[in-house]
Amino acid sequence: MPEYQNIFTQVQVQGPPEWGMDNENNLGSERAGTPGFSSLIGWIGNAQLGPIYLGWFGIISLATGTLWLNIIGINMLAQVGWSIPEFIRQLFWLALEPPSPQYGLSMPPLNDGGWYMIASFFLLVSVMSWWLRTYLLAEAHGMGKHVAWAFLAAIWLFLVLGLFRPILMGSWSEMVPYGIFPHLDWTTAFSIRYGNLYYNPFHCLSIVFLYGSVLLFAMHGATILSVTRLGGDRELEQIVDRGTASERAALFWRWTMGFNATMEGIHRWAWWFAVLTPITGGIGILLTGTVVDNWYLWAVEKNFAPSYDGFYGYEFYANGGN
Amino acid sequence: MFKIPDWFTSWSAKNPKDIYGPAILVGAVGGAVFVAALIVTWGYPAPTVSTQTGPRGTGMSITDFARDAGRPDPTIEGFVSFDVVPPQPGDARAGDVIENAEPLLADLTVANYERLIRAMQEWTGIPDLLETEEENYQTIVARSMIEMTQNINEGWVGHVGDTGVTCYTCHRGEPVPNEIWFKITPVNMAAAGWSAVQNRATPQSQFTSLPSDALEKLLLDGERISVHDLEPRVRTMPGDPTWQDTERTYSLMNYFSNALGVNCLFCHNSAAFFDPAQVTPQWANASIGISMVLEINNDWLVPLGDVLPEHRLGPIHGDAPKAACATCHQGYSKPLQGLPVLSDWPELATTGEPVYE
Repeated sequence: MPEYQNIFTQVQVQGPPEWGMDNENNLGSERAGTPGFSSLIGWIGNAQLGPIYLGWFGIISLATGTLWLNIIGINMLAQVGWSIPEFIRQLFWLALEPPSPQYGLSMPPLNDGGWYMIASFFLLVSVMSWWLRTYLLAEAHGMGKHVAWAFLAAIWLFLVLGLFRPILMGSWSEMVPYGIFPHLDWTTAFSIRYGNLYYNPFHCLSIVFLYGSVLLFAMHGATILSVTRLGGDRELEQIVDRGTASERAALFWRWTMGFNATMEGIHRWAWWFAVLTPITGGIGILLTGTVVDNWYLWAVEKNFAPSYDGFYGYEFYANGGN
Repeated sequence: MFKIPDWFTSWSAKNPKDIYGPAILVGAVGGAVFVAALIVTWGYPAPTVSTQTGPRGTGMSITDFARDAGRPDPTIEGFVSFDVVPPQPGDARAGDVIENAEPLLADLTVANYERLIRAMQEWTGIPDLLETEEENYQTIVARSMIEMTQNINEGWVGHVGDTGVTCYTCHRGEPVPNEIWFKITPVNMAAAGWSAVQNRATPQSQFTSLPSDALEKLLLDGERISVHDLEPRVRTMPGDPTWQDTERTYSLMNYFSNALGVNCLFCHNSAAFFDPAQVTPQWANASIGISMVLEINNDWLVPLGDVLPEHRLGPIHGDAPKAACATCHQGYSKPLQGLPVLSDWPELATTGEPVYE
């Protein structure tokens, strides 16, 4: 006997494809692709795949994004002498690096960051086009622009890292390498260079919101799943016409911790926590190297990191290890 | 034979039950319990031992795998040493008795000359070292290396201490020491500058994607090892490190760590890497070591590039082989675990007249 479960959707509806609404905006004529069904994707969501709205900004975004990725890939391939086995073997090590420091804000030679600058330009166009797409599509649907503004918060951090801070620092070499391990090297070196980023209060805030988002996501997801049996997953209906699912969920939290969010408000909590993660993070990055050069020493100066000037007595522990 | 009774078959048919879900759950949980029980009863397969190296509360400790902790360096066994033969008045000098005696050692007594030559042949694995009919490149290199060894033991006593170094400290019985290094940058084709020196798994990047030119820039060219600014606020000064400097230093520190078999805390208080007042005594010793390596490379090894045959030179730039921490240390914080290699060899301890006691 089939049963409905919440981890994976075990019952899949597959029939004539659902085309969505069509109105005076001619939304239907802009849909591309023939809809199909996949049992595999039906396990994790709606089994219907497509149609999709691309529009001009979607096409620009995909084209420039593809160019960005291919410039990186072809540069990596050139770095290993066009050897496919080496490319695969070294893939996690390889990168397209920003220019050497001596070029400042000028255009460097192609083989020393020039391709990186070109790729970055395409990435900028790609990301901004995708953002416009989220905005315009929401408008066409008569929706609020919440997704677009949230995405813009992430773009803020992206622009701080790749555009605003490098300009303030006067060098494109401050940008982040495009590579798996190399961008992690950059992250480590960046933190150590500026005296440990953990002492940057905006970095602290960003972590708070990041972990807070995770916690809220888990709490909300768990709450809704736990009252699905009572119709709790129909969240919009529950917002306008509170039923027993909402009542129980609210009582559960009130009796657990004395306070409960509302059926609508929990989504504002989640949205703000998510959005504040990159906003505060971006502020922290923007101040690093432009205002503060050593966060640990800054924290010592502000009396929130201890300064150890005491007696260490290392001479009593003169030799360790082998 | 055994047969499933009818009542069971019919009961099962009437009461269908999904047994796979619970079976997977029980299997997974049971497996985890089993592994946990194994670890608790048989012990963690790769146990570690820690040595506290700083005051309580600072987290200063060096960690080793227990299996490595008590294990002696296997190359200690191969160290050959002969007792000093104290010279007596009137003993003949090697230069007067032995044909083609090495001029650098000609003033030694015959017995001491011969024991030193014998030991050097053992240490370097070159059976006819300094005893060939004609001078070859090995003769010239050996002469320079004897002077270098004397210079290290005399001038860099702050780093090598009373333990000192002999040929064996680097050579370990091999004609070419196995932890030498060559210039390998650029490591990437079709790239220049910062793009060309990193992002490849090379021995010099310790197989990370960090820069592969750390030894070259910092232990040969003598560029400043810099990590961060010591001012909390931005006051841009010429020579302020860039994050690229930090990354190159990080590569060097990875090399140090592997060369000595230690972690950061051997030299630094990780709460304040930058603070010279909070480093350990080993940090000072390592700093002297850095200066020593710069001198060894620039004054002693690079000039040998003109003497060595082509097949002993670097594969990419044809440069002379160079030394760094690992060349002597080879994974131990003290080379040969502190074996006092110099005690029998006053001839190598000084650039002047050897003092026999």
